[in-house]
Amino acid sequence: MFASRRQDATNPWWASSRTGGIALLALVIALAPLAISNNYFYDVAIIVGLNAIVCVGLNLLIGYAGQISLGHAGFVGLGAYGSALLASRYGWPPLAALVAATAGVALLAFVVGRPILRLHGHYLAMATLGLGIIVSIVISTEDGLTGGPDGMPVPPLALFGLVVQGERTWYWVVGGCLLLAVWLAQNLIESPIGRALRALHTSEIAAEVAGIDSARHKLMVFVVSAVFAAVAGGLTAFYAGFITPAKASFLHSIELVTMVVFGGMASTFGAVVGAAILTVLPQVLTLLKDYEMVVFGALMMFTMIFLPLGVVPTLAGYWRRGAR
Amino acid sequence: MSALRVERLSKEFGGVRAIDDLSWQLHPGTIHSIIGPNGAGKTTLLNLLTGVYVPSAGRIVFDERDLTGAPPHEFAAAGIGRTFQNLQIFFNMTALENVMTGRHLRERCGLLAALLHAPRLARAEHECRERALQLLRFLGIEGYARIGAAAMPYGALKRLEIARALAGEPSMLLLDEPAAGLNPTEAQEIDALIKRLAAMGTTVVLVEHNMRLVMGVSDHILVLDYGRRLSEGTAEEIRADPRVIEAYLGAADPLEAGHA
Amino acid sequence: MDSQWTQFLAGGLTAGSVYALVALGYSIIFNASRVINFAQGEFVMIGGMSAVSLVATGVPMPIAVAGAVVIASIVGLLLEKLAVERAPRADVVTLIIITIGASIFLRGLAQLVWDKAIHPLPPFSGDQPIAVLGATIVPQSLWVLGAMVVIVAALSWFFGRTLLGKAMLATSHNRLAAQLVGIDVAKVLFASFGLAAALGAIAGVLIAPITFTSYDVGVMLGLKGFAAAILGGLGSFAGAIVGGLVLGLLESLSAGYVSSAYKDVVAFLIMLVVLFFRPRGILGALQSVRV
Repeated sequence: MFASRRQDATNPWWASSRTGGIALLALVIALAPLAISNNYFYDVAIIVGLNAIVCVGLNLLIGYAGQISLGHAGFVGLGAYGSALLASRYGWPPLAALVAATAGVALLAFVVGRPILRLHGHYLAMATLGLGIIVSIVISTEDGLTGGPDGMPVPPLALFGLVVQGERTWYWVVGGCLLLAVWLAQNLIESPIGRALRALHTSEIAAEVAGIDSARHKLMVFVVSAVFAAVAGGLTAFYAGFITPAKASFLHSIELVTMVVFGGMASTFGAVVGAAILTVLPQVLTLLKDYEMVVFGALMMFTMIFLPLGVVPTLAGYWRRGAR
Repeated sequence: MSALRVERLSKEFGGVRAIDDLSWQLHPGTIHSIIGPNGAGKTTLLNLLTGVYVPSAGRIVFDERDLTGAPPHEFAAAGIGRTFQNLQIFFNMTALENVMTGRHLRERCGLLAALLHAPRLARAEHECRERALQLLRFLGIEGYARIGAAAMPYGALKRLEIARALAGEPSMLLLDEPAAGLNPTEAQEIDALIKRLAAMGTTVVLVEHNMRLVMGVSDHILVLDYGRRLSEGTAEEIRADPRVIEAYLGAADPLEAGHA
Repeated sequence: MDSQWTQFLAGGLTAGSVYALVALGYSIIFNASRVINFAQGEFVMIGGMSAVSLVATGVPMPIAVAGAVVIASIVGLLLEKLAVERAPRADVVTLIIITIGASIFLRGLAQLVWDKAIHPLPPFSGDQPIAVLGATIVPQSLWVLGAMVVIVAALSWFFGRTLLGKAMLATSHNRLAAQLVGIDVAKVLFASFGLAAALGAIAGVLIAPITFTSYDVGVMLGLKGFAAAILGGLGSFAGAIVGGLVLGLLESLSAGYVSSAYKDVVAFLIMLVVLFFRPRGILGALQSVRV
């Protein structure tokens, strides 16, 4: 078993309280448009929101349950392509396509999850990695169905007859979905299931002996995190009007894990912060053009070496120490 | 009627027989101790009795239920609780949360109810919290309720593990060296606690090296050596058994041997 | 039909030799530290690209090869000293991200130092195809296979007869016991990175004349090399060789007889199958968990 992090159980109210944190997030989402002037920034904000939805789910798996997935972009891609295919090729109503694609991903996660979650540590990491890569290769190769590496177009999302289009509208849709995702995640964390997950993170044996079916709980959180990813993937497809296999790539899986770990494991809001910083950063780095990869890689190493708990818990720690 | 019945139980690791053809019975509401030299297989036996290890041969029957080969959470569901020799506290939670987690089986919670924070769940959580606080009070550690377990002293942690095990309302409680690392006063308190638990109807099984505690509290003692039953009986019988004296207690007077 | 399968066999063994060398790198580092070095594939890339640059400056091939290996080894040693050594108590997830960050960093660096184009390396002894048992192979394939045999022999001598090699073996069996008998496991880890980088670079140089090389050639090779290590048994040196060759063969045969479009999937499917049914691989040791 790998060593677990000792988390400080007494988080400040604004970092872990369901109502305080969600209220703050809602405030940020509501007020941000005052600072946003053009469509480009709205676009970035939307991407942040979509990544954040995936990260909130992934954080349940990595930060709370102590598992790992290096292939989560596969679920995002399947959600995206599933929605896109059902809506464009088979003419389904977009919302129904999204729901069906998500259900399909949930089923896949359920079937694959049982054998995969019997593994631990590095082996689990590599198994999820392999799975993610297989998904991305299949998506790229079946170009008759998916348009291959060049991608495929996606019809716009329509809710109750109204077409959802334009950055500003999508901003509110994604913002709302993010708040919903955070609310669901926090509810789960503060429930007996959340305690069971935290327990099996620290000592799977003690959790089992206390009556927690660890295999069932791991599977539950795996499926939940896959659902979050699939929904985000579907929304991404409808928003962009176009998807490419890059959304399902190994690199994107790594980006997602880095966002979660960088923001702070076992912190839903940390996951949101991590998604925000690491989505905005590459945008900033494209100004540096060729130096983008070097800086990103160096940043990953630097933060993991010097801020292993992640940004939000480390800052919260400084805050707490300063307040004493 | 026996609470627990172990029939020809064996456990092998590679070439080593940690438990060898052991047959044993427990009656409900009594206090049993398992003693023996280091390596005799005491913790292995506890691990077998909680499903942590799967037996190589033999059967484990609890309350007339055959639990052989079942995963640990099924042993827990059957009513068996346990503490560990090396503390397995959930250090990423407060003391209260640790005990609340112990009540997992008593607080059924569906995924949807959890995600949507159903009002029924909120009530159940409140009740769970009250019960957990009661247990912390019973063990004398309610002051640590909202403190992170990582900040608690060793003696308090040992009690916390017991509180967590009790939270599941087990009919049988297995304690793995509950007095290890405790001073004589604290060991006395464990002694009193065990007697109280037995008086409340819980079958208690303890693995211990502290002979004063063992002789003082046990209705029945099982002596293991090399994974086999060396002797069995009441404290007086064990004290007088020459095989036990030779193999374990040595020539000195057992009471003077104190704690190992 | 007869010549076809020998063709696939030859191709499979060639690719398999490269996977084996990469897999060795993973196992060597894993044994010294329980770290999966995701940057292993980048050593392959650095080896190939450095050789290309050196050859372009007019240096004769053998010197270019040696130079490339040295450069990659230095990079490996630096990676250990500057990144891995600074996170001694990190857990699995953290270490994975550190080495992934390192691989992204090295790829970015390669992009700057060289470019994004694909570069060929001149074959070691010409490119006149040779007919062997009905298969047509390029001389470079023989170099790859031959080098693999030589390296296996050299490593056997190294681990069996030299002090450092024996220290590395001891550390891989039981880290604590090795420390207790006076082995400096920090030095062992340091040397492991250097050795793993060297092996990766050799693989990169060997394969560059056949498959060409570019700044991102390390990603897939690294992942497949890892699949090979898992197949043979992570931590087992013999397993790395066996795993690499078997993987190369299976990949080649399935590409030939089943579907060539899904060639890349084979390695990962095999890895999943192994992880599901026999995580310790073909030659790996059983790991028991003590409570």
